[in-house]
Amino acid sequence: MEEGASPRLGHQWVAFAVMVTLLVAAPFVVYPVFLMKALCFALFACAFNLLIGYVGLLSFGHATFLGSAGYITAHAAKVWGWGPATAILAGAAAAGVLGLAVGVLAIRRQGIYFAMTTLALAQMIYFFCLQAPFTHGEDGIQAVPRGRLFGLLDLNHTLTLYFVVLAVFLAGFLIIYRAIHSPFGQVLKAIRENEPRAISLGYKADQYKLIAFVVSTLLAGVAGGTKALVFQLASLTDVHWTMSGEVVLMTLLGGLGTVFGPVVGAFLVITLENYLAQLGAWVTVVQGAIFVVCVLTFRRGVVGELARLIRKPL
Amino acid sequence: MIPILGIPPQALFGQLLIGLINGSFYALLSLGLAVIFGLLNIINFTHGAQYMMGAFVAWFLLQYAGLGYWWALLIAPIVVGALGILLERVMLKRLYGLDHLYGLLLTFGLALIIQGLFRNQFGSSGQPYTLPAQLAGGQNLGFMFLPNYRAWVIGFSLTICLATWFVIERTRLGAYLRAATENPTLVQAFGINVPRMITLTYGFGVSLAALAGVMAAPIYQVNPLMGADLIIVVFAVVVIGGMGSILGSIVTGFGLGIIEGLTKVFYPEASNTVIFVIMVLVLLVKPAGLFGRAQ
Amino acid sequence: MLHRFLIALTAVALAAGPSAAEISDGIIKIGVLNDQSSLYADLTGQGSVVAARMAVEDYGAAAKGLKVEIIFADHQNKPDIGSAVARQWYDADKVDVIVDVPNSGVALAVNQITRDKGKAFLVSGAASSDITGKACSPNTVHWTYDTWALANGTGNAIVKTGGDSWFFITADYAFGLALERDVEAVVLKNGGKVLGRVRHPLNNADFSSFLLQAQASKAKIVGLANAGGDTTNAIKQAAEFGLVKGGQNLAGLLVFITDVHALGLPTAQGLIFTETFYWDMNDRTRAFAKKFAERNRGIHPTMIHAGVYASVLHYLKAVEALKSDEGTKVIEKMKATPTDDVLFGKGTIRADGRKIHPAYLFEVKKPNESKGAWDYYKLRATIPAEQAFRPVDQGDCPLVKK
Repeated sequence: MEEGASPRLGHQWVAFAVMVTLLVAAPFVVYPVFLMKALCFALFACAFNLLIGYVGLLSFGHATFLGSAGYITAHAAKVWGWGPATAILAGAAAAGVLGLAVGVLAIRRQGIYFAMTTLALAQMIYFFCLQAPFTHGEDGIQAVPRGRLFGLLDLNHTLTLYFVVLAVFLAGFLIIYRAIHSPFGQVLKAIRENEPRAISLGYKADQYKLIAFVVSTLLAGVAGGTKALVFQLASLTDVHWTMSGEVVLMTLLGGLGTVFGPVVGAFLVITLENYLAQLGAWVTVVQGAIFVVCVLTFRRGVVGELARLIRKPL
Repeated sequence: MIPILGIPPQALFGQLLIGLINGSFYALLSLGLAVIFGLLNIINFTHGAQYMMGAFVAWFLLQYAGLGYWWALLIAPIVVGALGILLERVMLKRLYGLDHLYGLLLTFGLALIIQGLFRNQFGSSGQPYTLPAQLAGGQNLGFMFLPNYRAWVIGFSLTICLATWFVIERTRLGAYLRAATENPTLVQAFGINVPRMITLTYGFGVSLAALAGVMAAPIYQVNPLMGADLIIVVFAVVVIGGMGSILGSIVTGFGLGIIEGLTKVFYPEASNTVIFVIMVLVLLVKPAGLFGRAQ
Repeated sequence: MLHRFLIALTAVALAAGPSAAEISDGIIKIGVLNDQSSLYADLTGQGSVVAARMAVEDYGAAAKGLKVEIIFADHQNKPDIGSAVARQWYDADKVDVIVDVPNSGVALAVNQITRDKGKAFLVSGAASSDITGKACSPNTVHWTYDTWALANGTGNAIVKTGGDSWFFITADYAFGLALERDVEAVVLKNGGKVLGRVRHPLNNADFSSFLLQAQASKAKIVGLANAGGDTTNAIKQAAEFGLVKGGQNLAGLLVFITDVHALGLPTAQGLIFTETFYWDMNDRTRAFAKKFAERNRGIHPTMIHAGVYASVLHYLKAVEALKSDEGTKVIEKMKATPTDDVLFGKGTIRADGRKIHPAYLFEVKKPNESKGAWDYYKLRATIPAEQAFRPVDQGDCPLVKK
């Protein structure tokens, strides 16, 4: 059992400090809305990574949780007039409930079947979102008010919003970190490495997997709700399977199963998309190329390779 | 015209027929996927893109070589199948020892590349492809007007599906294939070139997708994203039918097409999701799929 | 040579004194945001960029010492991409005005952002009459056309000639729904009936099941409340299913010359629809079309391209008069100045942001009536400007004082 203070993980706290410093300084140099987008995706990718990296489950329909939370948050903020905090919590709760339902159905199957089941269920929910009146289909929920956080912080002020989003991201990040480095996380690791043995030791593997799944979807929901407030828009793009593919790409590129990998991966992919946006469909080609290259020759991802270089887990 | 269950027969039979046509495509595509998965244990996400390439090859042939539909039916599957074999030799081979998920991710990435390249070149609206003259026009069946081409689609895909089933389940070649799925090392020890069989099987599965693409070209627009959403429905079909079961894919494909058609009549809002709902139900009751074997 | 020209330009700009300083960053930056790769790419797309460039040249920006820059982006018909581009353009890239934006869902999102940031928005591509209705904004001008004008022109004409029972095939987003709503109102007002409707996703390939429903309804008119690639697909597949042979008629509620070109005269002949511009109306429009086609791969201008040209021209005149490119003020100035250009003639912009000009009812020529490519329309009726658009007090626009 490792605690954060142990010198074996000291380098991770160094990395964490570097990350926080960079993120705090960044909005004064880089367009803050771009950074906020990257932060939301970074949290989304971290949540996804919890499943694939530490439980070994490839959830290929994870965008459902991002997008549906976005819709609920947008609806709560715009139509019910809820404040930003409660709206995001509502979105996350919705994602968690959805996650429970999907998890119960999908965890019955292993490996590939799990992936395909999550994908198919996600597609079902996409079509539901396409037709449900409250989502306004192709137009999405527009002009979502950002509101005042706890009645004090005016989120329409970009810098204020940025630091709120940063705080949300760091909170989510730390929750995941804590979960990984806890007894719960150890059991997950055991299940991933040898499920029959874990079961023979008395651990109810399915229950652990389900809990991890729901935690992941809750945090993906937080990311989705926050994103809806930042962009003041909830749209079909966030529940489409291409979004599910993107988060897989981010995590793969950053490093599956590493702590900082998803964050790095998210920033890299979002930056890439920004630069290539002028070129339209080249973005998809480049994304596909990164997938292929990563799977064939770069399976550890950026942070994974870095960790290998310094011979310590990152 | 007396309404059946409150629906005028024209609407009912018309949608049923469209359902059968959709079912033909589901069956052809899930057949290809099932064949590939059965032997290679790879989920070929590129299947949708290969279906699209089949349609585009047909379009190219018409546009630049003046070769019509019947040539395309022959040439496109061969061309796309060959490309598939190239893919298998160069990339998929390297992943056989790894977790199956990497195969899924690789084929997903390839699908993105192929679809992106085509989209760059052609935009995302469709290219027109004219119906072959021999199949133009239609029959007025009284309760609806049935275009000849759509009748041909149903007939031809049924034939292909049954022929494939026959080859795999009833011929010696098929027996080797099935044996190699169960125990490749043993079959290799008997002197059968298993790697080559795997390569050819992948090529065959891919050419089935391309064939479906050629057949789709005259009725759906030939556009770069035509396979993108379809592939996910086909995944659901395969999960429902049972992975690796040939008969399962065929029956499920046609069956789900019909069910989707009926849903369009009685409850159109659910027509997009009914296949996924059925998948959920099957997963709850029989996780290995209707015709599958528990692995 | 260029060096000297630039020095002269700078001198002129500096000599203009405080006026130049009031134009943000000294540059008027125009952003053309539309569909460059999907079903609306031909009727807007790069053509709109060409139109904007021609407007800047014809206005004589360089000679007047005003620096104008044009950038463009593809919104792929997605409101999140469109609004992200708009946001970034206004916040980080110093864009002063966004033009075109087909796809009403995207347009409504950009409309809101433009308003929040006090910039300017000149809509040419989008159609929803809500842009000058519930969603009207002091920062937006809606040029070219809208769903009410289409309904009033086409809907009226068809109902009055006997098409009194309708079935709608509608694109399921802001534009399609607005068009369906406006046409239905016209049909009902004229004593007709709507027998049913079905919604299809945007950029839909297969219309067979929807066409079957239309046939089953036995409505005299099957109204296509969609545009671009969706309309042409539906028309082609309707032919395959023998819809017209079975005694029904298709009404294309929004058709552009690029659609007719794609369909070909044999399939498209006889279609009746409303547009506000046709390249072959008079010598001035013909001259414009010739120059435009040379720069746009031979494709002749649609009314949307014309709208981009005219709106950018009028915008630049307002900026010159005001000596400022501050969004809200420029739009105000545009409304206060009557418009005059070679494409739409004389017109005005109302308080709700609606640009007023005549509308025309066109019919597609039969193949033997056409003298060549792009010679597709014959004029059936002219709707004078005052009658072509929804009366200003009927739109629920908060900017209009009652």
